[in-house]
Amino acid sequence: MAISETDVRHVAGLARVGLTEPRVQSLVSELNGILAHMAVLQGIDTTAVATAGDRRPPMVARADTLAPDRLARDLPAFAPDVRDGLLLVPRLGTHDDTESA
Amino acid sequence: MSDTRLLDLPSAELAARVRGGTVAPRAAGDASFARMVTVDAGPTGLNALLYTDPSAQSAPANSGAPLAGVPVVVKDNIATLAMPTTCGSRILGGYVSPFESTVVRRLRAAGAVIVAKANMDEFAMGSSTEHSAFGPTRNPLDRDRVPGGSSGGSAAAVAAGIVRIALGSETGGSVRQPAAFCGIVGVKPTYGRVSRYGLVAFASSLDQVGPLGRTVDDAALALGVIAGHDPLDATSAMQPVPDFRAGASRSLAGLVVGRPKEYFPRSLDARVTAHCDRAFDALRAAGAEVRDVSLPHTDLAIPVYYIVAPAEASSNLARFDGVRYGLRRTGDGLNGMYEATRSQGFGPEVTRRILLGTYVLSAGYYDAYYRKAQEVRALITRDFTDVFARGVHVLFTPTAPTPAFRLGAVSDPYEMYLNDIFTATANLAGVPAMSQPIGLVDGLPVGGQFIAAHFDEATMFRAAYALEHALGTEVAA
Repeated sequence: MAISETDVRHVAGLARVGLTEPRVQSLVSELNGILAHMAVLQGIDTTAVATAGDRRPPMVARADTLAPDRLARDLPAFAPDVRDGLLLVPRLGTHDDTESA
Repeated sequence: MSDTRLLDLPSAELAARVRGGTVAPRAAGDASFARMVTVDAGPTGLNALLYTDPSAQSAPANSGAPLAGVPVVVKDNIATLAMPTTCGSRILGGYVSPFESTVVRRLRAAGAVIVAKANMDEFAMGSSTEHSAFGPTRNPLDRDRVPGGSSGGSAAAVAAGIVRIALGSETGGSVRQPAAFCGIVGVKPTYGRVSRYGLVAFASSLDQVGPLGRTVDDAALALGVIAGHDPLDATSAMQPVPDFRAGASRSLAGLVVGRPKEYFPRSLDARVTAHCDRAFDALRAAGAEVRDVSLPHTDLAIPVYYIVAPAEASSNLARFDGVRYGLRRTGDGLNGMYEATRSQGFGPEVTRRILLGTYVLSAGYYDAYYRKAQEVRALITRDFTDVFARGVHVLFTPTAPTPAFRLGAVSDPYEMYLNDIFTATANLAGVPAMSQPIGLVDGLPVGGQFIAAHFDEATMFRAAYALEHALGTEVAA
């Protein structure tokens, strides 16, 4: 199941990661190198086990109630801007570069 | 004025002096800042710390403050209010959390002074702390070598004497391996033992916050403070928290210690094996019975881990898209903005793992990789439950195959992943484990690892206290 350049571009699209052409080519080599070590799993007989979720200790289920708002600061203290009780954020299609939203 | 000798005091003793009024609550914190200036800053410094909080205060010292006045460093993926939380990544540059993690809240309530945030491999993906957007951290014991990772900044801060207690996080060995490389103690608690509220998620079925300590007692004290159910974390368990320090005895009478043969392959450095054998002798001398055991699926842990963890990471890190947090870069339309932000915001190792995880979860490959890995994970878990069901109380193994390697020495991704070969099993099975120093190879510390049954950290600490007493291998920077 070797990964091709097409595969790398496909999963990069799914993951919304932009890649340069040289990076696509290096990732083909890197990911194939890693996945070659995973092939050993195909030969393991796992018919005796269910999925790991069935084998783990029973998970605690919390009460189905709403927790109080745990914010330590009021919303306006960290929102980009606030007007009439609404949070204002940069418009997604026409934003400028910024280091912090 | 600061007296750096305060940082030589065991944390329990320092807290007792603060509670008794003979040491000012701020004194050790001031000493910690003074130590930072001399060892961490500048081009030849360790680069263990990313952010500091010189105004940090200790809560009022009272009898309920087991960490009164004790300075603590916290890994940069644990949310704090007074300092940024950036996970060692450009994509979270400048991000300050609007809420505080439960572990930090509990530390502060116990009197601890949170002095700094520690460098780390970006989003905890790495075993050397070389994959940080803020540059690599150096090992205080040999500055040409890595401190391990991903909690390398936390480990280096403890080993360099800046603090005696730090918090790290574990997904595949990220507390224990740097603890081993830096000659200190590192604990991965049982999955569910410590709240993850405010820990930035990497792989949610594996992640756990853990303490690093100068000594076993420092680590036990810290774990006692941060452990316990938290209604804000649905995965935290409603298990009682025992006194982890209660086992500080020299006798191990009645204790059965397993020696799993898979952790001692012929390829293991003979000097690492020799230190482990010396530790087994010490455990026997303390009254323990050492029994040969087998965990037959151990060698599958790395392939399983490096499918499961990247798969979960690819989902968890989808939230960093330029809309809600940190960095944003202009692109062609909305998708272009997403792709530009993520390609420029994530480093190469994080990008590699996101793509690997997306691939193993994608249509046509899910059954072959992810489902199969989960099934083999169940076999690994069964190995542990079977051996503990047969009367073994704890297992003892090396923590890592080698001591700390040189900066830049490991460039192949899979070779780097093999650093987790003895630690990832405990994360996959959810059992507790800890590393402590057991000797030196070429002047560099070697870690030994105890692994216990689910929620039996108390037995693990009992063995660790006795071994520490017998070996006396606290390694000074």
